[in-house]
Amino acid sequence: MDYLENIWVRIITFLRETGELAEFSGRFFREAFRPPFEFREFLRQCYQMGNRSLMLVLITGFIIGLVLTLQSRPTLIEFGAESWMPNMVGISIVREIGPVITALICAGRIASGIGAELGSMRVTEQIDAMEVSGTNPFNYLVVTRVMATTLMLPLLVIFGDLIALYGSALVEYFKGAMSFRLYFNSVFDALSFGDFIPATVKSFFFGFVIGLVGCYKGYYCKKGTAGVGKAANSAVVMASLLVFFVDFMAVFISDIFYEL
Amino acid sequence: METGRPHSQAPQRETPPKAVIRIRDLHKRFGENHVLRGFDLTLYEKENLVVMGKSGSGKSVMIKCLVGLMEPDEGMVEVLGQDLATLDRQELDRLRSDIGFLFQGSALYDSMTVRENLEFPLRRHREKLGHFTDTLPLVTEALESVGLAHAIDLMPEELSGGMKRRVALARALILKPKLILYDEPTSGLDPITSKEIIGLMRSIQGKYGTASLIITHDVDCARVIAERILLLVDGINYAEGSYGELSQSTDPKVEAFFKK
Repeated sequence: MDYLENIWVRIITFLRETGELAEFSGRFFREAFRPPFEFREFLRQCYQMGNRSLMLVLITGFIIGLVLTLQSRPTLIEFGAESWMPNMVGISIVREIGPVITALICAGRIASGIGAELGSMRVTEQIDAMEVSGTNPFNYLVVTRVMATTLMLPLLVIFGDLIALYGSALVEYFKGAMSFRLYFNSVFDALSFGDFIPATVKSFFFGFVIGLVGCYKGYYCKKGTAGVGKAANSAVVMASLLVFFVDFMAVFISDIFYEL
Repeated sequence: METGRPHSQAPQRETPPKAVIRIRDLHKRFGENHVLRGFDLTLYEKENLVVMGKSGSGKSVMIKCLVGLMEPDEGMVEVLGQDLATLDRQELDRLRSDIGFLFQGSALYDSMTVRENLEFPLRRHREKLGHFTDTLPLVTEALESVGLAHAIDLMPEELSGGMKRRVALARALILKPKLILYDEPTSGLDPITSKEIIGLMRSIQGKYGTASLIITHDVDCARVIAERILLLVDGINYAEGSYGELSQSTDPKVEAFFKK
């Protein structure tokens, strides 16, 4: 009985959170077009988020490029398809691995950071202080952060993709004696706009959900230091799940377009 | 002194003073917990009214209802002649610019310098700049009034507890409010710093002629600053009078607060 009750409570919590998040995102769109625009804060957030995540994205991208190539080489050699390596790595990195891995890194780093920052501002009544002074904390704190993550994530994805391809090219250079020029020519021959556009578009959505979830969890953080930790933690979990959901939807929709 | 459910009385003055806050029959519940059960309050121009009560008696809830941080379940809240229930967001923000609020934990924005903390409320209320084109003269004046002009470029983490409270007081003054709300202004401070803060509150009231609503447990603070004290017990007005009247009371609940 307790088990069933627990499941019921979880379902209710999930539905309530989904509703609240939808309402929060509706408020974001209403406030985003309402002046004044906090341009300075937006730029500061862009710099902080890019700066905070770039090194991690570069290191992870580089290692993924290396590992993917090293792991795939024996199988491709077995089928005599070694020369297809740049095509395979290029397509998988640009279409899927690059955006999703970068988004997951940012979900861990940015969503938790925003959740903790806004959460501690809520707990220490800084958000209430902004509200009471007649300024709009939602506009200043939420709109700027969500816009910054939406804009910065595609840029991070591009950097991550390039460094992953470089890692892959390095393996091919040392193990397959393939020149960098030949490697990148093969990669770009294999890629079309149909690969870049959906990947870039979905990266914007990844950035949006990461920023939105981080802000939502922090903005409505429960009182106490435990509340801040919980906000940061659940921001990562929720943002990561939503990244996969958005990815699924993006692949589903782009598949329909390809069939048309 | 009156006990039970007294009607709020104006201090004896020649011309009838104007009410800046009128609360009637205020109710607020959190689930099963009925925190405010028909609370009444009237604060007059240039008056210092202290609200005292045990922890959990609803003082902080009441002060949050006054600035629209919480919505009452029932009752009327009128601030500076405006019924809060009838105001839209912009009207509420305009009203809030006439109210200063000192938070219990100071609530300074920890990512901003002291100067930026004070400038923040002016971003949305440029009309408060008066004939000035820059915010600096107003910031300097507010900091000078709390004796911290030298701390203008410091970060909140570089300030002591007492200095933080004084900067928060300067921030509450920056928009030249007609009314200041103090939520436990001396809590967490040593006796000497508490005396300094109380002295500042008195000098500010003398200089700016504001009305003040002070929520406190600190009997010394109430003794020095209050023209009238209202005792809140179990969510309703229990007793009201001057410090002299209440401190002579033989009512056990009143005595519990005032006996040394």
